Amino acid sequence: MSGAELKGDRTDAAVVAAIRSGDEHGMAALYDRYSAVVYSVALRVLGDTGAAEDVLQEVFMQLWRNPGLFDSSRGSLGPWLAVIARHRAIDGLRKRRPETDIADVVVSVEPDMAGDAERARAMEKVRGTLGSMPSPQRQALEMAYFEGLSHSEISEKTGEPLGTIKTRIRSGLLALRKAFAT
Amino acid sequence: MSLHEQFAEDLALYALGTLQGEERAVLEKHLEGCAGCRRELEQLRGDMALMALSTAGPVPPQRARQRLIEAVAREPRRAAVAARSRWWTVVPWVVAGALAVGLVVVWLQNSDLQQRIAGLQNESAQQLSELQRAREVVSTLTATDAMRVTLVAAKTPPQPQGKAIYVRDRSSLIFLASNLQPLPPQKAYELWLIPTSGAPIPAGVFKPDAHGSAAVVEPPLPAGVQAKAFAITVEPESGSSVPTLPIVMVGAGE
Repeated sequence: MSGAELKGDRTDAAVVAAIRSGDEHGMAALYDRYSAVVYSVALRVLGDTGAAEDVLQEVFMQLWRNPGLFDSSRGSLGPWLAVIARHRAIDGLRKRRPETDIADVVVSVEPDMAGDAERARAMEKVRGTLGSMPSPQRQALEMAYFEGLSHSEISEKTGEPLGTIKTRIRSGLLALRKAFAT
Repeated sequence: MSLHEQFAEDLALYALGTLQGEERAVLEKHLEGCAGCRRELEQLRGDMALMALSTAGPVPPQRARQRLIEAVAREPRRAAVAARSRWWTVVPWVVAGALAVGLVVVWLQNSDLQQRIAGLQNESAQQLSELQRAREVVSTLTATDAMRVTLVAAKTPPQPQGKAIYVRDRSSLIFLASNLQPLPPQKAYELWLIPTSGAPIPAGVFKPDAHGSAAVVEPPLPAGVQAKAFAITVEPESGSSVPTLPIVMVGAGE
């Protein structure tokens, strides 16, 4: 399987199969499809282009070294990479050892983010949903997601009760899900 | 099955990786036995993936792509070969480790030092001999240039055949097949271990060579599963976690 073949409309499953067989072009194809998603979330968390590039490199190399980490029957590749990248970036931000076992991460979501147009539409919808959230709810969700702060830390920073923060975080995530419910 | 509301908020924090201490331990214990809450956790991670999209826009510099490609080139990988060679390459180290420990014990017990050393040397020689034989057997089974002949009753056309040799206590499996039909594009055969109870367990994805021969050696399997049968299905190249019907080959234990 050549890189040219992979760049077209190959499914994620075909790209992963290429990587499993040790095809280096498969990695290039995977990078071209998902590097922006991985990099942008790492950059938002870390606020440093060099550190974000390190996360990008680490996430893709982990998959190259052990493609069995991703099980295509348990979710889509793009969302899985986005979640792993966010975990790794938060680990870097908080200067801690990786706390999440990648092999255990199952991600269930629509859309699967494989196509550029599909990703762009989803991006607009997510931004619209976040924009329409009450400010305190968006703030709590963003502090938990992009700063990796616990509900206790957010509660201390905002002066809001713990229970309120917990509720805001969960309902914020559910609002995103609802926006994509058919 | 639905999620348990008392865990709903903690599940969100757990997905985000910020739930700690006893709350985390309690939730993880609950997740082990609750499919509804595990499903909710998967969906919360999906919500997190959507959240990542809100940052989309920045693209990494060209040098990052080059860096990855160079790193990949420095670590060429041949997964199948690595998997096949894994278990017997460990054996010399195990033998060497056992010898070293054994020799220290002998040194401490000086009463029959010479006798014990001689015994260990004999044992070592025997183990090395067994190791050599094991290597030769596996090498013959998996050699790409091996001549593979399937014997059938005279005047019978060759049929697809598979032979699975499974040792439950070691979770060790060797599977050899011959005369397999060619596969459609982007498909592969998948071997399944059918346990005496529970769902089929994936036991390796493989493609036959030009002669229809294939081998699966030492696929990763859960420990100590009692096998009732083995089966083959046609699956996507990346493999499946549940078999896709029809079953193209099947055989029960003798």
